[in-house]
Amino acid sequence: MVNKMMFVLLKQLVKKPATNPFPVKHAPKNVTELIEKVQRGEVKINPPVPVPEGFRGKLVYDPERCIGCQLCIKVCPADAMEWIPELRKIRHYVSRCMFCALCVDICPGKKFPGEKKNVKALRMSEDFLLADYDKYSDSLIEEPPEAKEGGV
Amino acid sequence: MMAKTQYYVPVGPIHPALKEPIRVEAEVEGERIVRVDVKRGFAHRGIEYMGMKRNAIQTLYLSERICGICSISHPYAFVIGSEKALGIEAPPRAQYIRPIIAELERIHSHILWLGVVAHEMGFDSLLFWTWKGREKVLDLLELLTGNRINYSVFMIGGVRRDIKESQIKAIKDAIDFYRIFTEEMKNVFLSDPVYKARTRGVAQLSREMALKLNVCGPVARAAGLRMDVRQDNPYDAYADIEVRAIVPQDIVGEARGDAYDITLVRLYEIEQSLDIIEFCIENMPEGRIMAIPNYVVLLSKIKKTKGEAIGMHEAPRGEVVHYFKYDGTRDGPAVWKVVAPSYNNINSWAPLLLGAEVADIPIVVAYIDPCMCCNDRVAVVRDRDGRIMDYSLIHRKAVEKTMRLKRELGVRA
Repeated sequence: MVNKMMFVLLKQLVKKPATNPFPVKHAPKNVTELIEKVQRGEVKINPPVPVPEGFRGKLVYDPERCIGCQLCIKVCPADAMEWIPELRKIRHYVSRCMFCALCVDICPGKKFPGEKKNVKALRMSEDFLLADYDKYSDSLIEEPPEAKEGGV
Repeated sequence: MMAKTQYYVPVGPIHPALKEPIRVEAEVEGERIVRVDVKRGFAHRGIEYMGMKRNAIQTLYLSERICGICSISHPYAFVIGSEKALGIEAPPRAQYIRPIIAELERIHSHILWLGVVAHEMGFDSLLFWTWKGREKVLDLLELLTGNRINYSVFMIGGVRRDIKESQIKAIKDAIDFYRIFTEEMKNVFLSDPVYKARTRGVAQLSREMALKLNVCGPVARAAGLRMDVRQDNPYDAYADIEVRAIVPQDIVGEARGDAYDITLVRLYEIEQSLDIIEFCIENMPEGRIMAIPNYVVLLSKIKKTKGEAIGMHEAPRGEVVHYFKYDGTRDGPAVWKVVAPSYNNINSWAPLLLGAEVADIPIVVAYIDPCMCCNDRVAVVRDRDGRIMDYSLIHRKAVEKTMRLKRELGVRA
């Protein structure tokens, strides 16, 4: 029996797949081999779908601009911010973050000499590939460089 | 000797056919179900208790996590209730932006359901076709709010993101796309003989039964009840739009309340949502988007407020009700109570499964679009003798167990 549903579904056969084949078209047999090949430039990675303007990706923290007001800690719903009393700065755990950007909204920021407006210490980047085996890995913790060196 | 004719079939709480934990215990005789019992309460997370320990802004984003997919319905009820309790009103522009986001969510939730029902019937090519169409609304939501789901865009007294001129064009494009897509979906679902044979008369809920079981949302509307929070208790821009509940007797003349009718209601609701979004972007007033733009001022106002209120919103699955009490001592709710639609709708499983065939179980289970994690509000733990264990004892035992596990596994703090 020919009906509308058959027609719609048969039409899909001639269409291009809607899925973006990221990072490569077929699942590789060996992931490490694939990474090595990409590093040598033998295989090209298919880029991910571009993110729109105003996308909420990984939080970026600029300790130079931080005045230590602790407002971000007050509003953070996920408790992703930690206060470092020795430096009067914060540490941000990306693995706990829920990307609501409340801290970005509330951050008062700081004005360097010669600047007209305050620039916020926190901003959302477009970085969204955050998978890691260790939730405490260096790429998933945003902190002032002194904290990393001093082991605070 | 008589052969055994009745068999006991337990399903869940963990089962490949279920996406969320619930237990259905059925006695079957051949293909027919003769006795059924539905047990829930496997997904209690204590979210209301957590909310009563945090400030109101944190609790608002916690409420987004009550349901995995209606990520704007609970915050919507939360902000409506909180604004009533605080005595503030969102600016007109925000009152028009909120329904746009809420209706876009309704579109994606209904398309998701259509795909799930196709999957439960064993029609996976239809599932992929509907979900391919759903991607567009998710991309649009990502453009408007910055996140695909869990949009984090509402705030007590307004919204956090404005809709720009360039985004309005994207919304209009999406509306045009969905007008055609919904028309195609109507053809595919409603006029297909296989779909009709599989859903006509299955999970049939009469008007009287629907009233007795207290079901809500599309399930009640499919049974012919004209109930919709947007119609009965209009809020924000819905008061200007005069939303009318979509019932099958207006479309095809009679309401049978079966799985076919509920497909009909959901498909026509997508069109209604498109009309609402079109109205909102055409009549959107200019102006501010937040009543109190400073969060610190907002929190201090909440701290000084004494009052209680109820916030309601028509979620894609039914009505969401939030009750609040602010007692004037802390900057979050002193009492927070959530009523989610699936709690009422799951009531319909036991009477509908009784007398049905085993093959109908997936459709009866899926047709209300159940969300178990919304349901569970209270958990009672009993010890071996059946006595109820009190909270402090459970807490002490949990701390002891965590300490023991940490010691045994050598986890760093």
